[in-house]
Parts: sequence; structure tokens; C-alpha cells
Amino acid sequence: MKAYNIIDHEYDVVVLGAGGSGLRAAVGLSEAGLKTACISKVFPTRSHTSAAQGGISAALGNMGEDDWRWHMYDTVKGADWLGDQDSIEYLCKEAPKAVLELEKYGVPFSRTEEGKIYQRPFGGMTKNYGNGIVQRTCAAADRTGHAILHTLYGQALKHNTEFFIEYFALDLLMKDGECKGLIAWNLNDGTIHRFRAHTVIIATGGYGKVYYSATSAHTCTGDGNAMVLRAGLPLQDMEFVQFHPTGIYGHGTLISEGVRGEGGYLVNSKGERFMERYAPNAKDLASRDVVSRSMSIEINEGRGVGKDQDHVHLHLSHLDKSVIENRLPGITEAARLFANVDVTKDPIPVVPTVHYNMGGIPTNYKAEVLTMNGSEKTVPGLMAIGEAACVSVHGANRLGSNSLIDLVVFGRAAAKRAAELVKPGTPHEEISETETQKCLDRFDKLRNAQGDNSTAELRLSMQKTMQSKCAVFRTEKNLKQGVDEIGKTYEGMDSISVKDKSLVFNTDLVETLEFDNLIRQAVATVDSAYHRKESRGAHAREDYPKRDDEKFMQHTLVWCDGKNTKISYRPVHQSTLTNEVQYFPPQERVY
Amino acid sequence: MVQLSLPKNSEIKKGKYFKDKTGSKNLRKVNIYRWDPSTDEGPRIDTYEVNMDNCPSKVLDILNKIKNEIDSTITYRRSCAHGVCGSCAMNMGGKNGLACTTPHAEIEGDIDIYPLPHLKVKKDLIGDLDGLYKQYQSIEPWLKNNSTKETTEIYQSKEDRAKLDGAYECIMCACCSTSCPSYWWNGDKYLGPAVLLQAYRWIIDSRDEERKARLKKVADELKLYRCHTILNCTNACPKGLNPAKAIAEIKKMLATANV
Repeated sequence: MKAYNIIDHEYDVVVLGAGGSGLRAAVGLSEAGLKTACISKVFPTRSHTSAAQGGISAALGNMGEDDWRWHMYDTVKGADWLGDQDSIEYLCKEAPKAVLELEKYGVPFSRTEEGKIYQRPFGGMTKNYGNGIVQRTCAAADRTGHAILHTLYGQALKHNTEFFIEYFALDLLMKDGECKGLIAWNLNDGTIHRFRAHTVIIATGGYGKVYYSATSAHTCTGDGNAMVLRAGLPLQDMEFVQFHPTGIYGHGTLISEGVRGEGGYLVNSKGERFMERYAPNAKDLASRDVVSRSMSIEINEGRGVGKDQDHVHLHLSHLDKSVIENRLPGITEAARLFANVDVTKDPIPVVPTVHYNMGGIPTNYKAEVLTMNGSEKTVPGLMAIGEAACVSVHGANRLGSNSLIDLVVFGRAAAKRAAELVKPGTPHEEISETETQKCLDRFDKLRNAQGDNSTAELRLSMQKTMQSKCAVFRTEKNLKQGVDEIGKTYEGMDSISVKDKSLVFNTDLVETLEFDNLIRQAVATVDSAYHRKESRGAHAREDYPKRDDEKFMQHTLVWCDGKNTKISYRPVHQSTLTNEVQYFPPQERVY
Repeated sequence: MVQLSLPKNSEIKKGKYFKDKTGSKNLRKVNIYRWDPSTDEGPRIDTYEVNMDNCPSKVLDILNKIKNEIDSTITYRRSCAHGVCGSCAMNMGGKNGLACTTPHAEIEGDIDIYPLPHLKVKKDLIGDLDGLYKQYQSIEPWLKNNSTKETTEIYQSKEDRAKLDGAYECIMCACCSTSCPSYWWNGDKYLGPAVLLQAYRWIIDSRDEERKARLKKVADELKLYRCHTILNCTNACPKGLNPAKAIAEIKKMLATANV
């Protein structure tokens, strides 16, 4: 192996990822006086937070009475009781503060007549513990994620955060079960950088690209999740993959739930508003897993629209023109560009599309990473936030607009916790070179790979398998096939090929490293799904149609060295953080 | 007599030709600018014959098809694939735009793909936007308001909020700035349409208390007044925004306000 020149850096804290959660954490760390580096493979405003449309939930009560406890109940129920209620309490209680803070940062929220932050109805968001719809989702038209991301980047600039942009992270540096930093490759000049840190905060987002059709960006490859797996630590609840009901048919572009929040509805080939049958109260604003399953049933039973009867229609042409213009301009543009539809006249063809990973790196509500070693333990020096993390506030199914709030609440929590744990300027202890060597061996091996399988072919095979074997509805047989097929695709890595051997902006190698990250998460996902023999939230097993609280009110933990996985379980936290709210015991979940 | 000569790597040579191997009758020729900084070679144009059967409608789909099926070494930025992240800005058929929202059917004949004009090239279609990002930082893109308490929101009327429409949606793709001849000439000093649109976004935010200071900051012969209303920027914006109008508004404010 050619020797790589390594450039060393020392920081108090390193944040990996510059989306909503990473930037919020970086701002808090800078405020706390910690020397902070923020590393990202894309320029911060290119992060996938920019694609979030509908809004950010918080019980502000700007448009009718609201209470954070109601928000908590909705989140617990949305999560199908797999969420940790201490974390959910923290999320919902902190949410109003976090949104007001964003407003102060300059987020251009839409406004009410009185000039307050505008809030819209969203799926699963109710008042008084499930009795009627509440308007809780704060919106900046239908570009809320974009507005928040750009504003947070501005705040990071204000605080002089040190950015390392277009650096691709390779691996964590671990010593005796503690995280000591990470290694990254600078795409701009091809150099290798070793960042020492007392705390590494992973904020790398989801891994939607394991599927063929996803609303996720090309860059959503869960790099941080895979780094955690390679460090010998587990991921949690990976079987819970959210299918968003309304991705544009054939293209996958997201059409916000805000469309249904503003009064849009779904229709099958008979012209029937079918959601009335599946969710008599909430109808089109039931939880996403419920709506996606209902759509799939309509399609499977032959009531889909189009030539192949394989999608349904989303109607919004009946809405007031000013509502479409002022509150849904972004999706109007997306429908025109990607479905060739004028939404004021025609319905949008939509189909359930992979959108969000409830699973990820297990953490507590302070964002500290957890592992199991006999009992639940924190991993010193390691934190995770945002979609990469599994706190777990979303449990088996996330409610729309709960992800943006998750980013800022836990981004802030991570910064606070790191400030408690790390004294600015603490010296770094020596670590051996073997970790660095191990990381560079993998890098060099892939860079010089000269096999027969192209990365694109292997990636496609993985994506097709996941799409057909680990979809909205799952069975033992399908999942077993999925496990086998994904295993074979993983073996294909032995003979992978990378044509570009250079080091500057070698995107051939970047895509190969990303594939190496994706395939490990695909293995973890399909194996976790195979082992969960119940239906809960987004994990719908046709052979086990009922929720089984006795056996499975537990988080799945999965360790994976690529080929081999180990599955274990950790009980869901069945208590709240304070006495301000009571634990919500499991109920039947009806919308 | 002065001898003018161009730097060595500004001469673009004809590069490789990738013939179709699928046997399709439905082909399009795609010419792509290639330059690899790790070799001593100058830039070249590689030509790809692309099978358009089953190729979705956008230029980015063609690039992905080439990278996945023909030549994995071509290099470009891309992320969201639906026009919100601003990564895949490039010059296609002579026009700046986002590859993910530009239909290839709108380009007649061969499809020529170049990096955004007048940027230093990092590799192939990847331009160097570091200068533009520094300029963005220089306008201090954050809300300046010290008069309200932490626990209450700053109220803003619907009318005041509406003033931000057309300004806050910018995705910083740089299509506008790199289409502006004035920015080509003075890109180190003139802020250019993208950054001035952002400056405008903060100047007109009713919640901001530093309006005057912000106006003063951009009121500069080079930073602002190098705009000669050529309007290429507005023409180029893939989000349908109007940076030229924003610049005109700033000039108007400076002309009429006591700053």
C-alpha cells in the first residue's frame, strides 16, 4: 500500500454532518466556547434538510389551544409505543423553545393575521389526546427545511464555526470502547485528515438510498451509521423504514403532507376518497404508515390509477388559489417539473416512497450513544443526532414535522451535554496507529479495486432487492429471500471495481465508499425486519398482523461486520422524565 | 507589439469518444468538459453516445446514466435531484441551470455540458465556489435583533413577510452570478447577483434592526454598482427569482433613503 500523508487536527468536539442537527449542535458548541470542527461531504446548504417541506412541530398554540403533553401523546401513539417516553417528553417540552429560537435566528416563517408563526394541521397531530385536529406544524410556506437550513448556516457563520467542507469521513478512531476522533478524506486536494476530539457528534442523516425509489438525496447514504457498525457498535430499530404516502409516481420527488394538511385528499381509480374507510376520523391525515398501507392495499386490490394501476391520485385543485400560491408554491413547481401536472387543474400521481429511517444510532435524550453490554451503557466520546440517531422519539413510525423539531431539539441537547462533559482545551491522549492503518487499508483496497462488478451494478441490485423484499408489507418468505439476496450482493464487493484512481474529487471512489456504507445498513435492516415477528408502525408483517407487546415492546439492536449480524433487544423506556406528565400505556392504535 | 497568449490549460482539446454499445437506434451525443488536476494534461471534451431508451427526462439523468453505465470517472456534484439543494448547477447547451430540473429535450442537437462559466475548475464539471461563499459570509446573513426577549417570538405582519418572497428561496447554486459578465470581470470585488439578493433578503426583513448599516455596507462602487442591469442573472435563475430587481431595489433605497 502506498503511504498516505496524514494531516493531524485537534479539537474539543468534532461534528460530522452539516444539516439541521449538525449545524444546530455546532452553533451551541461555539457558544459554549468549545473548539469545534464541523465536517461535511457537501456544502452545508446542500444537505438534505433543505428538502423538508411541510413544517416543524411545536405546541405553540398560535392557532388554537395546544399543549406539549398532547403533542407527546400523539408522538407516542404515532410511534406505536416503541418510542422512549422520557426522550419524547424532552422533545415535545423543548419544542416551543426551539422553534422560537429559530424564529429569532431569522427563519422566515409564514404568518397569521396577528403576525404570529403560522401553523398547519399535519398527520397524527391532535388535540386533547386524540380528540380532533390541531394546527401544530410551523411552516415557512412549503419550504420549511430550506428556510431552517439556510438560517442555521448563517448562525454558524455568525459564530465563526470552523468548517471542513467536501471532506468525506472514513472511520471513527476508537480506543478501548471510547471514541477519540475520526479520519476523513479531503476531496478538494486528496489529502487524508485525522481529527482528534474528546467528543464526536454524528449528524450524517438517513440512508434512504438503500432503496430504489426514495425521496432521499443521492447523498443520503448513512455514512455515520456505517462508521458506527465498523466500530463494533450496534444500530437500533433498523427495520422501521418510513414510506411517505406521497412521492411523485415514477420519480420519487416528495410532495409534502402539508398538501393534505391544507385540504388535499387521495383518490383511487373509482374516484373514491378511500382513506375514509381506513381512518374514519383522521382520514387523509392519519399517520404516514397507516396512509401508505391503505394506498398499497388499494393498489394491490386493483383500484390503483394509471396504465398499470400502480399508483393513486392526490387532489388539490379544489383548494383556494391563494392557498396553493402562498402555502404550497414549492410542490406546485415540483409537480410541474416532475409529473408534468398543473395542480390547479389536475391531480398529482403519487405512490408510497421511502422517506425516513426511524432507526439509527441508539442514544439517550442527551444524545449520548448507547450500547448493550449486559445492560444499557453510554459510549464515551460519541454522540449522535438527527436522522442518523435513534433517540428513540419516533419509535416505529415518525409523525410528519417531528423530524425537523428532532434536529434542533437534540442538536441543542448534544451541544449542552458536550459542554458539560468536555473542558475546553483538554489535551488529547496518545492513541496507537493501528486504528488509522485499519481505516486506510480499507480505503486503499477500495481505491485500487480492479474486479468485475461495477459499484453502480451492485448498488442497483441492492436497491431492487430492498424495494421488493423489504417494502410496505413484509412476509417471512420475502424477508428470508431479502436476507439471502443482500448477502450475495455484499459478497459481490469482493470483486468490485473502481476505475478512477485519483484522489482529488474521485467521485467513483466516493460512490464506492458510500456503497460499502449502504450495503452494511441494508444487511442490518433486512435482518432486523426478519427477526421482528410482529406488526408495529412502519413494520407490517402479513404473517404476524398484530402488535405483540409481550415479546416485542423492545428496541432491536443489530451488530454487523458486513456479512454476519448479531441481533439483540433492549427494553423500551417505560417511564417519563419528570412528573409533569404520566406514562402513556399501550393502547390499540386507531386513527 | 504586445503578444497575447492564453494559459496552457485554457486550450480545450478533443478527448475520447465513447461509442454506443447497446445497439439502440435512439441515441444522443453528449459532449462533456473533462479536466483532471492530478494529470499534466489540459482540458478536453469527451463525447458519449447515450442510449435514450428508458432515460428519464432531465440532464442529470443522462449524467447518471453515463456515470453508471459508460464511464464511472466523470465527476459532477449532485444531491437532492429535485431542485432544492443547488448542487448540480452547470452549463448545458450554453445555458446555466440545474441538471436535475433541466429537460434534455429542450436542448437541440448534441448536448454540450460544461462547468459553470468563469469559475476555477476543481475537476470536470465541479467549479470552485469558495469565493462566492466568502462573499456570502461578508454580508452577515443572520438576523440582527437585540430588542426582544428569548421567550417570545418577533411578530411580523403578513405584508412584511410577503416582502421576503422571491428572496429567501435562493438555493445559492450560483447560476446567476456565473452568468453575469460584470461578475466575470470583477468577481473578486463585485458581490454579484446571488449574494446581493441575499443582502437584500436581510435588508428588507422587518425584524432586522441593522437595515441602515446593511445598506451602507453594500453601498460601494465595486460591491454593488458593478451591476449594469444586463439581466442575465434573472434569465439564468432556475428558481424563477429576480436578483436584478433586488439589486435595483437596493440602489433605489440608497438613492432615496438617508443612509
